[in-house]
Amino acid sequence: MVKKFIERFYVGFILFFLYAPIIILIILSFNNSKSRSKWGGFTLHWYKELFKNESIMNALYTTLIIALASAFIATLIGTAAAIAINSMKKTPRTIMVAITNIPMLNADIVTGISLMLLFVAMRYTLGFTSVLISHITFNIPYVILSVMPKLKQLNPHTFEAALDLGASPVYAFFKVILPDIFPGVLTGFFLAFTMSLDDFVITHFTKGPEINTLSTKIYTEVRKGIKPEIYALSTLMFIAVLLLLIIVNRRNAERKEPIRKM
Amino acid sequence: MKISNVLNTKAPKATIKKSGMSSLGIRNTRWLSFPYILWMVGFIIIPLIVILYYGMTTNDKQFTLENISSILNPINLRALLFALRLSLISTVICLILAYPLAMILNKSKMKSNSFIVMIIILPMWMNFLLRTIAWQNILERTGIINTVLKFFNLPMLNIINTPSAIVLGMVYNFLPFMVLPIYNVLIKIDKDIVNAARDLGANSRQTLFKIILPLSLPGVISGITMVFVPSLTTFVISNILGGSKIVLIGNVIEQQFRIGNWHTGSGLSLVLMIFILISMAILSKYDKESEGSNLW
Repeated sequence: MVKKFIERFYVGFILFFLYAPIIILIILSFNNSKSRSKWGGFTLHWYKELFKNESIMNALYTTLIIALASAFIATLIGTAAAIAINSMKKTPRTIMVAITNIPMLNADIVTGISLMLLFVAMRYTLGFTSVLISHITFNIPYVILSVMPKLKQLNPHTFEAALDLGASPVYAFFKVILPDIFPGVLTGFFLAFTMSLDDFVITHFTKGPEINTLSTKIYTEVRKGIKPEIYALSTLMFIAVLLLLIIVNRRNAERKEPIRKM
Repeated sequence: MKISNVLNTKAPKATIKKSGMSSLGIRNTRWLSFPYILWMVGFIIIPLIVILYYGMTTNDKQFTLENISSILNPINLRALLFALRLSLISTVICLILAYPLAMILNKSKMKSNSFIVMIIILPMWMNFLLRTIAWQNILERTGIINTVLKFFNLPMLNIINTPSAIVLGMVYNFLPFMVLPIYNVLIKIDKDIVNAARDLGANSRQTLFKIILPLSLPGVISGITMVFVPSLTTFVISNILGGSKIVLIGNVIEQQFRIGNWHTGSGLSLVLMIFILISMAILSKYDKESEGSNLW
């Protein structure tokens, strides 16, 4: 009993630690004072201002486009690669996995700098495309690592059965393999999207002077003080994702959990 | 001995699965990896070669080791050593906080483990810079902690702009990267092995130290690298929570690039990469069987 209480308390404590700053940011978005450290009463002013602030909306637009596009392209390349890697022999597979690990384990600052130097060496102007390419690069490994476990759980005989029954490999792939690995693909996409959205360091080095994502915009404002509109925007984004997750989770709970294949 | 036996009993199962899988290798899936290989060569391997080139040349394209040896400059060396110290401390704290959490989550028999993963990565939807700035609010002289302390007439805490604030920021930002790999390994441990240990008379402490801990080692190792590397190389956290006085190696490199000193910056990055390579080598030694799937 006591042990259970301590365990609950511990989980609560860690969750509090993880979410405390978020609660503070949400509170700040309703703060009727421009200063971060003073409470000036409740207001919705910043939410109204937010939609009038063109530079923030532009940054949001860029951030979302880059996150969506990079997550989508990374999911395509990554899922295909995972299928290929999975059926490789041991040595090439080890090499591929090692290469996949590089962007995950390498420091963001080194990845960012190396990509920037590449673009500069190729005389490629830094801008939207260079950021997009960089985001795809660090997103692909997340997709591969999400899809691989699902591929390993696959029952290989179902695919063979489909082929025996006259399905073409492509048809069998879409009807047999893809539905089974789809949760992994979706997780990969979601992870990639999140990572892209949250990235600052790599964007910082590979963006040109013309474009700003939310992260880089916030960074330029750290010294002179963050505009409260940004708190409002992050609150909206956070609540949106929270609601989305709750809905997805409800759905999953209603649907019976499928029996896990070993 | 006992543990190696336990591991051996698992091995054949894995090989059977693998040989089964290779029949899935519709012989011509290989081309599916071509876009990926091209992409990785173009945007991972070649950039690393470019950084190597910049790190070893001067502005006039002459070969030099000066950029790399600039790490021995007292300011840079102190920044590196200080970054090493802070990142080691935060890695240890993360491990101490994360392991029990992962164990509790593993025991909680939540229906979907994706839900737990979601709860832990959900904070990432609030921008990383904003979350770090929020810690300023908490730690400041007039911040939340001090307001509460003042209310109870307790002495003020002066944490902001000290190394402790940076460590706190590192632990806060990178804790999920420690929790998830450990949790992912723990849920894969065969419950029968744990039960067998209990049946054979091991008490809970023995089961923990002789069974669970060794079996979860791959997750712990990936957790350690996933926390250590970003902490070692951060420049944002030290910038926001450390004030301008504390300089880590990440700040030095960022500054070199800001003032246009690309060659020195690349040389220093190469030095950093030595540490990254060491952690990758350690990781791959423990991570052979799972092939990277412990990372997430």
